[in-house]
Amino acid sequence: MNRFAALLDRLAYEPRRLGKLALLETYFRETPDPDRGWALAAMTGALSFKHAKAGLIRNLAAERTDPVLFGLSYDFVGDLAETVALMWPADEARANAELSITDVVEGLNTIPKDELPARVADWLDRLDENGRWALLKLITGALRIGVSARLTRTALAQFGGKSADEIENVWHADAPPYTHIFAWLEGRAEAPSTATLTRFYPPMLSHPIEPEEFAPLDPAKFSAEWKWDGIRVQAAAGRDASGKPVARLYSRTGEDISKSFPDLVASFAFDAVLDGELLIRREDRVQDFNTLQQRLNRKSVTPKLIAEFPAFIRCYDILALGDDDLRALPFIERRVKLEAFIEQHPFAPIDLSPLIPFATWGALTNARADPAAGGAGVDAEAVEGVMIKRRDAPYLAGRPKGYWFKWKRDPMVIDAVLMYAQRGSGKRSSFYSDYTFGVWTEAGELAPVGKAYFGFTDEELIELDKFVRNNTTNRFGPVREVTHTKTKGLVLEVAFEGLQRSTRHKSGIAMRFPRISRIRWDKAPRDADTLEDVSKFLGHAAEKPAGA
Amino acid sequence: MQPAQILHPRPEGLYCPLADLYIDPVRPVARALVTHGHSDHARAGHGAVLATADTLAIMEARYGADFAGSQQALAYGEKLTLNGARFSLHSAGHVLGSAQAAVEADGCRIVVSGDYKRQPDPTCAPFEIVPCDVFISEATFALPVFNHPSAEHEVRKLLASVAMFPERAHIVGAYALGKAQRVMAELRRCDWDKPIFVHGALMELTELYRARGVDLGDVRHVETAPKSFYAGAIVLCPPGALQTPWVRRFPDPVTAVASGWMRIRARARQQGVELPLVISDHADWRDLQRTILDTGAGEIWITHGEADALAHWCETQGLKAKALHLVGYGDEEEPSAA
Repeated sequence: MNRFAALLDRLAYEPRRLGKLALLETYFRETPDPDRGWALAAMTGALSFKHAKAGLIRNLAAERTDPVLFGLSYDFVGDLAETVALMWPADEARANAELSITDVVEGLNTIPKDELPARVADWLDRLDENGRWALLKLITGALRIGVSARLTRTALAQFGGKSADEIENVWHADAPPYTHIFAWLEGRAEAPSTATLTRFYPPMLSHPIEPEEFAPLDPAKFSAEWKWDGIRVQAAAGRDASGKPVARLYSRTGEDISKSFPDLVASFAFDAVLDGELLIRREDRVQDFNTLQQRLNRKSVTPKLIAEFPAFIRCYDILALGDDDLRALPFIERRVKLEAFIEQHPFAPIDLSPLIPFATWGALTNARADPAAGGAGVDAEAVEGVMIKRRDAPYLAGRPKGYWFKWKRDPMVIDAVLMYAQRGSGKRSSFYSDYTFGVWTEAGELAPVGKAYFGFTDEELIELDKFVRNNTTNRFGPVREVTHTKTKGLVLEVAFEGLQRSTRHKSGIAMRFPRISRIRWDKAPRDADTLEDVSKFLGHAAEKPAGA
Repeated sequence: MQPAQILHPRPEGLYCPLADLYIDPVRPVARALVTHGHSDHARAGHGAVLATADTLAIMEARYGADFAGSQQALAYGEKLTLNGARFSLHSAGHVLGSAQAAVEADGCRIVVSGDYKRQPDPTCAPFEIVPCDVFISEATFALPVFNHPSAEHEVRKLLASVAMFPERAHIVGAYALGKAQRVMAELRRCDWDKPIFVHGALMELTELYRARGVDLGDVRHVETAPKSFYAGAIVLCPPGALQTPWVRRFPDPVTAVASGWMRIRARARQQGVELPLVISDHADWRDLQRTILDTGAGEIWITHGEADALAHWCETQGLKAKALHLVGYGDEEEPSAA
C-alpha cells in the first residue's frame, strides 16, 4: 500500500495537470501488474466491494473510538476515510511495505463478510496514517484527489505513446486490473478486441448559451430539440465474435449501468450505438426528474420497481450502425439514419426526440417559454430547455466550441431567510456551507422550505461562514441556528428548477435543485418572500418561468 | 467565593469585577490584561494594559507607542494585587512573551491559559504548569484528529522537498508573529545554514525577536533579483501573500503553509497548498488533555475552538466543564476567521 498511498497523497496536493500526469505516468512505469491496474481501477471508480462499504468503517470507528468525539471529528473533517485514518488509535507508524494494493483488493473481494471487519481492523493497525487513509479511500470509493477518468486515460496514452481516444476506444474491452491494456501499451500484445460491440464513445457535450449570443448565429444552420430532464445514456448492442448478442447501457462518463436497467438492456435487439436520454414514461406521458430519481435511488432493481417506473430512451443521435462508425457524418445525416433506425425498431424501448420547427430565434424563444404549445405536448413537464445543434457538426468527443448549445429554462427565484447552517464536506470541509432557508407563513413565522449548498463563490463562502459563526443563536450537534428575526438575519436569493407538494417537508413543498443565486446583504428578513408567494410556483415547472 | 464571582464572560471578554479588569478584551476597555500579542487577543485603544514586557513590545511594534493610555509590565511569576484579586503571569509557550494569567481571590485560583502549546519552541519560554481550581483553556485543536507531529519532523519534510526540487523556490506561508520565527529557528536546528528570505510583512516582528535575544541566523528581506537567484531558496511570507502576484518572482514556486490546520487535507487544498507543514503553536488533542490533568483543576472552562469536544472529554474524566463560547477569538491562520 506504500506506493499507492504515496501516489494518492501526492496527487491530492498536486495542483497542476501536467504534474498529475507525470505522477501517474511514473507510477504506471514503476509499478508491476496487477498493482498498477488495481490502482487505476480505484482512481477511475471502477472498484466496488460487496461487503466492504462505508458502513463497515463506521462500525469499526464506533468500536474503537468515543462516538461523540467521532461525530464531532467527522463533522469537522468532512470525510469519513480521513477522519478514521487520523483518529484511529494506533501506536506509531508500523512498516506497511508487505501489504500490497493487490492483497487488499483481493482480500476485500474474497474475505467472508463476518471476517471482514476484523481483517480491515488488522490492516489499519499495520498501516501508518497515510496508508490507513489510502485503504479507507479504497473502501469508500470517493478518492477526491482531483483525478478524472479522462486524466487517467491521458496518462495511459502518454505512458504507451497512444492518443487518449485510442485508449477510450478499447477501455471497455478489458476489465480491472487491465493487464491486457497494459501489455498493449508496453507493446507486448495486440490491442484488446472491441469486436464485442460493447463499445463506448465519449459523448459530445454542449455549451450554455445566453439570448444575447444568438445575434451572429444563422438559424438556418441549426436544428433544435427539447432538452429532456433525464439522464444522458449511451445504448450499445450487437454481437460478439462468437455471434452471441451483447448489450450495454453506459452513463455519460462511460460507467456501465446495465445492471440498474435490466429491463431496457434485455430489449436491445439491434446492432448500433445510440445516444439519448433515459426517462420514465407513465400513463402515456414522460415523467419529470423527481419521478426518475425514485427509480435511480433504489439499491436493488425489483420487478415491482421496473413495473412502477418503466424506463425508455429518447434518442437524439446514432453513433454507430453495424460496424460503421457514423461520428464523422454531419448531424443532419446522422439524424436521417436515426429516424430510419427508430422506425425499423418499433419494439425496442427507444423513441425519437423530435426536432422543434423554427425559422427565427424568436420562434425558438417562444417554444422554449411554452414547450407544451411548442410541440412537447403532454411531455412538457420533462423539458428543461432546448438544445441547439449545428446541422453540419460531426460528433466530437468532449465539449468542442461552436457546435452544440444548451439553452436552459430560466430558474425560478425567491428571497428566503437563512435559518440553519451545517458544515460541508469535501472541498467545503469545515466551512458552514449547507444552508437551510425559510419563508414567512401567514402566522408571521419562518417555515423552512429547502436546503442549498452551492451557487456561491469561494469568497462568498468565507463571508457566509463568518456570518454564521458570528450570528449563532443555538447549536444542535453539527447544526447551528442563525439569527432570523424580522429585522436581523440574512436574506438569500434562492434559484430552483421546480416546486412540488411534499408530505415529507413541514412546509408542504419540496424544491428541485435549489442553489444560492445571490446573497442579499442589502435586504432585511422581513422583506423576504412568503409561503404564499412561493406556492405560486407549484406545478409551473414547465410553464412560463419567472422573469422570462 | 464562587469562581464566577472572580471571573465571568462578558461581550468584551473575561471580566474580573474585583479589579474592574478584562482579560484579552475584544473591544476597548478601561483596564485590560493581555495574554499575548496576536491581534485577536491584543487590541489597541484600551485605557491601561497589563502584560509581559515582550507582549507590550509586540503591541507597540504593531500599533505604535500610543496603543494604550498606560502600560504596565509584569514578569513571569511576579505578583500584583488589585483590590483583593492577586494576579500573576506564567509562560504559555505559545509565542514570545505569551502568558497564562492566574487570578486568585479568597483562596480560589483561576488560570486563564490564553493560547498555549506544550511542544518545545526555541523562540519562547516553555509552558509552566500552574495548579489551580479552575482552568480556562482554549480548544483550537480539541478533536482527536489533531495529533501534531514534531516541528522537526515537518521541517525535515520541507528540507527533503528542497533537496528534491533544487531548481524551485519553496515559499512557506507562516503567521507573522511567532510561527514565522519558530520555523526559522527550527530550520537552524535542522542545520539549514543558508540565508532565509522573508516577505516585507515579516521583517519588523522578526527584527523584534532578534532584538529581544532570539537567534535566527542570516535572515534577509526578499529583494528584486533574477528568478534564478531564488532557485533552491526557502522564503517565508504571510499565508495571505501566497495567493498574490508577489510569488511570481520566484522560480516555479512550491507553496507550503505551516499551520496546525494542515493536518486536514481539505483545509490544505482549499488554500491551494502543495506542501502542508503541520506546525502549530497550539496544544494538540493529547496535550490539551495532559495539561488539564496536570493543573489538577476540578472545573474547566473553555474559551474558543472545539469546545464541545473538549467539554465532552472533561466530563468522561469526571471534571466539570463548560463552554464559554467567547466570540472574537480564533486562530488567525484559519481562513474562516480571516
